[in-house]
Amino acid sequence: MAVKKFVVGIFTDEEVLFPAIKKVRSAGYKIHDVYTPMPIHGMDKALGLRDTSLHTAGFIYGITGTTTALTGIGWIFNSDWPINIGGKSHFDLPAWIPITFELTVLFSAVGMFLTFCYLCNLAPFIRKHHFNLRSTDDQFTMVIECTEKSNEQEIIAFLNSVGATGINTQVAEAGWWIGRYDNDKTPFQQKGTALA
Amino acid sequence: MASAPLQYESHTRAPLVEGPKNYHQVTEDIVRPIEAAPSRLWWTGFLISVACLLFGIWSVAEQVIYGVGQWNLHRTVGWGWDITNFVWWVGIGHAGTLISAILLLFRQGWRTGVNRAAEAMTIFAVMCAGQFPIWHMGRVWLCFFIMPYPNTRGPVWPNFNSPLLWDVFAISTYFTVSVLFWYSGLIPDMATIRDRAKLKWRKFFYGVTAFGWTGSTKHWQRHEALSLVLAGLSTPLVLSVHTIVSFDFATSVIPGWHTTIFPPYFVAGAVFSGFAMVNTLLVVSRKVLGLQEYITIEHIEVMNKVIVLTGSIVGIAYLSELFVSWYSQNKFENWAFAQSRANIFSPYGWAYYIMMGCNVLSPQIFWFRKMRRNLTVTFFMSILVNVGMWFERFVIIVLSIYRDYLPSSWATYYAPSIWEVGFYVGTFGLFFTCYFLFSKFAPVIAIAEIKHILKKSGDVYKETDKVDHIEKESIEEFAHEYAHAH
Repeated sequence: MAVKKFVVGIFTDEEVLFPAIKKVRSAGYKIHDVYTPMPIHGMDKALGLRDTSLHTAGFIYGITGTTTALTGIGWIFNSDWPINIGGKSHFDLPAWIPITFELTVLFSAVGMFLTFCYLCNLAPFIRKHHFNLRSTDDQFTMVIECTEKSNEQEIIAFLNSVGATGINTQVAEAGWWIGRYDNDKTPFQQKGTALA
Repeated sequence: MASAPLQYESHTRAPLVEGPKNYHQVTEDIVRPIEAAPSRLWWTGFLISVACLLFGIWSVAEQVIYGVGQWNLHRTVGWGWDITNFVWWVGIGHAGTLISAILLLFRQGWRTGVNRAAEAMTIFAVMCAGQFPIWHMGRVWLCFFIMPYPNTRGPVWPNFNSPLLWDVFAISTYFTVSVLFWYSGLIPDMATIRDRAKLKWRKFFYGVTAFGWTGSTKHWQRHEALSLVLAGLSTPLVLSVHTIVSFDFATSVIPGWHTTIFPPYFVAGAVFSGFAMVNTLLVVSRKVLGLQEYITIEHIEVMNKVIVLTGSIVGIAYLSELFVSWYSQNKFENWAFAQSRANIFSPYGWAYYIMMGCNVLSPQIFWFRKMRRNLTVTFFMSILVNVGMWFERFVIIVLSIYRDYLPSSWATYYAPSIWEVGFYVGTFGLFFTCYFLFSKFAPVIAIAEIKHILKKSGDVYKETDKVDHIEKESIEEFAHEYAHAH
């Protein structure tokens, strides 16, 4: 099974982390991911990640809910079983607003949550590779992938120079459990350790 | 640059997190009650709650076995304690999503200390609320008839023009969205507990509930997007839910119910009672769990400000109702308000004045800063407000219908049977059982969110005597500098 090798740099202060990311990226190293205990605004931009499209997905789910409610009620009241309710109109749009609104919100919220879980690979009983257990507590973990072009010792030295307080090397089996943003199809081979 | 002042927080503003804290200390403080063995106090409270819950189950069982006749409802008063309690619990369930959604959109930093507990409270309150209409149906085994699905009975569809069906959709949507909002916030915090767990069961339990969260930047980015959109969706949702509950009454033609003021009046009342319940829980929780540095007196004070605001809105609504009933010159309207309510010598006049006293007069005490910052007063008031809000619903429901158009049916005075009371007690049991379990197994404060504001609003990170150049500037200069996008 293909494995990948990572250099894990640990930071204790986000004010050191930000310039470090900039330096690491401009030096041309490939940042696999940065793990933080809380959301840090601007981090996604610093890493060069594109904006998420989750909003758009939420909008589409919401529209689906609206359409479901309107077509559903419209079909039921006008075609499937038109009940005479006090002689009122069968196409009673104002009275449908509450349910239409609720279904819009329901579809959007449920859809977005499930999409979020799907995209981030979140589900009960999921096991992932954790580079640093304290990155959910108080440490910021920058993971740099070793490629043919990069030298492990060089990365370690570089991370040291940008202010990492702890550095280690980890090997993980390539797969979704180390993050799915990695489209690199040529993982590091443990046998041929000849890293340039 | 144009957005900078929105993020700006004055150094002179009181800190939201007190004491010398760093990220690790925040984790330690909030997770400590979860990792410690439950205290004697916790067990006592938990067992009392379970006892109440069991009594509630017994009361409901009596009603299911022998029928709704076990309750003292009759032909004139068809909605009594059950619907009163339903509306009361739904109202309480409004604070959580208001705090987490509306205050998120308003960029209120103080919500981070209280939002998790308030959201949990919302969910449990809505669970309690839902019990009442369900069991009120009588033949509860047929309760799925309210769901619109193709069936073999015609098909017979529910009436989509009925506020009662709107309510089914509103409450169930509200519950689902609140759960998703609450749980999506809980995932990173569960991961925090998982990653420091030593015990095997704890590793397993928090491993399962954390959904495999790692804290990846991309995940946080999506998480932020999800929270923001859920907040945007929940904001109109909160307003819609109690609006729709008020439609249950307002769209009928009963004097006392047939009022256009009901939607805003109900929503204000819901926020009012919800904040009171949050105060009840937090004044106790912060002490028992030792979280005074995260749920500070500042937090309590802000909550009390919201209480006095919403209490006064409710007060204006009560007075407008009285005025309009006179102004309408409709003798039935006038009877419902001047006789059935405002007349203290009418059979239920006392209930109206309890409502007025608890909801309109008593919160005025919070105009005084000293009272807003007094925990004993806050706790006492939070109970009083909820008593008052219970009576508000009782006044609206029972006092509007107990003297109907047929004076010969006026004779029967409605008082609840033991099983109605037991059912209500049971929902308290359900609510507090859930809350005790929640406070034992989940962080009652959003850990990641506190860390997010720590460097901005933490005690040691604020230089309180420092005044930024932004505050020294004249208004004209400030407007020139920041109000235009350069």
